Amino acid sequence: MVKKIIGKSFIYLMLLLMYAPILFLIVYSFSADRGFAFSKGFSLDLYRMLFLDRSIMSGNEYIKVQQLWTAVTNSFVIAVVSGIVATILGGFGAIGVYFSKKQLKYAVHTVEQVQIATPEIVIALSIVILFVSLGISKGFITLLIGHVLLTLPFVVLSIVPKLKQMDPNLYEAALDLGATPLVALRKVLIPEILPGIFAGFLLSVTLSLDDYIITALTKQDTYETLATYIEKATRLGVPNYVRAFTTLLFIVVLLAVVCINIYSAKQAKKGKKSR
Amino acid sequence: MKNKKHFIFSRSVFGVPYIVFLILFVVVPLFIIVIKAFSFKDPTTEVVTFSLNNFIKVFTTPTNYPVFLDSLIIAVLTTVFCILIGYPIAYLLANKKYNKSYILVLLFIMPMWINFVLRTYATRSLLINIGLNPAEIPYVTIMIGMIYNYLPFTILPLYTTMLKMDKSLLEASQDLGANNAQSFIKVVIPLSVPGIISAATMVFMPTMSSFVIVNVMGNNNITIIGNLIQSQFNFQLWNEGSALSLILLIIIGIISFFSGKLGKEQEKTALW
Repeated sequence: MVKKIIGKSFIYLMLLLMYAPILFLIVYSFSADRGFAFSKGFSLDLYRMLFLDRSIMSGNEYIKVQQLWTAVTNSFVIAVVSGIVATILGGFGAIGVYFSKKQLKYAVHTVEQVQIATPEIVIALSIVILFVSLGISKGFITLLIGHVLLTLPFVVLSIVPKLKQMDPNLYEAALDLGATPLVALRKVLIPEILPGIFAGFLLSVTLSLDDYIITALTKQDTYETLATYIEKATRLGVPNYVRAFTTLLFIVVLLAVVCINIYSAKQAKKGKKSR
Repeated sequence: MKNKKHFIFSRSVFGVPYIVFLILFVVVPLFIIVIKAFSFKDPTTEVVTFSLNNFIKVFTTPTNYPVFLDSLIIAVLTTVFCILIGYPIAYLLANKKYNKSYILVLLFIMPMWINFVLRTYATRSLLINIGLNPAEIPYVTIMIGMIYNYLPFTILPLYTTMLKMDKSLLEASQDLGANNAQSFIKVVIPLSVPGIISAATMVFMPTMSSFVIVNVMGNNNITIIGNLIQSQFNFQLWNEGSALSLILLIIIGIISFFSGKLGKEQEKTALW
């Protein structure tokens, strides 16, 4: 019994430590001070600034908050677009390679392994040198390629196990019953591996949102994502409304995690029933 | 039979764009790095020749030595501390006595969803507020920032290995007279070695290049290999950058070779 209490309290203590920095920002998001203090008491000013309440902010601040929102939008856009591209490319890639000859499978697998082990900074350097030597200037496309490169192996790794679990006869049966390969792909193969595709897409979005290095080195100078915005701000002094932003972000993440879990719990139930 | 072959062929066609993408953006760039690392452009005649100059320069620049040393120390310490802290957490999470649901595991992973630069800034603010100033004790604050960032990456593979562990072996060891500590040392730890190795590689490799955490948590006072490569970008010194990258790749190649078959890549996808 004592052991159980000690064990549980250790877990909760660790969780508290993990969340301490974020909770710290959340607490101080309700102060109006520049620094971390409550000299003016409880206030929602930072939230009002975040939602561009002109009455309490200077023109300069207004522009800066707008830049923060642009950066957030950019982060989101690149995460979703690269997620879609990586999922399509990786999804078809996983299927194609899985049903290819052994040597090809092995070669592709080796390249995937190398790519996973390569540090981000080296991936960034290698593709930037490629872009420079091809005379491609940095822009959305280079950023997109960088992010797809970053997330692609993980999309493939989420899908391959599902392909392995699948009954190989299903696809053949569909063909025998007169389906064209494309129809069989759409009606049989893809539904079977859909959980893997979904997981791969989510993982891709997560990795993209969390990225800094590849983003910073492949993006255009004027294009900011949340990561590069904050990184720049840490050098010049992070504005206090970032605290309010963190609180909102935390709530959004919490909701997203809850939703996804409800969804996957439902999927799991469905899977059990159909069996 | 003939038909079947035709269909297998048609499915492998779907992989063509993916393979082309891998060749264009993984294989070719890595080749370019190797070529750049071994070539030298004469500044006056502009003639490119094969040379080991870039490597010689990397190893003979005295200011590089503390960088290598710091990178190594930070990487090793982060890995060790993450496993020391993450192991008991994973053990308790995977143990039915302490935790029955997946929610707690999820809670440990959830901070990963908030961009790490923002999280690092949050950690820095908190540490400054409780009197740990990066300007005074940069190594301490860097270590805290690194451990905080990489802990979820250690908990996850350790947790999955421990879940898969055959619990009857534990019972067997206790039936045979081992006490709790003995069965932990003789059964649990050996069985979780694959998890430890995969956790270690997942922390050790990225720490080498995660210079943002080092910059933010160390007040830009400490330089690691990642910063060094990044600074080559600013001056467009592609050859030296390539040589450094190649060295880093070789180090990582050696490490992966030794941890090789044990570190399974699937662990990271277990997030979902």
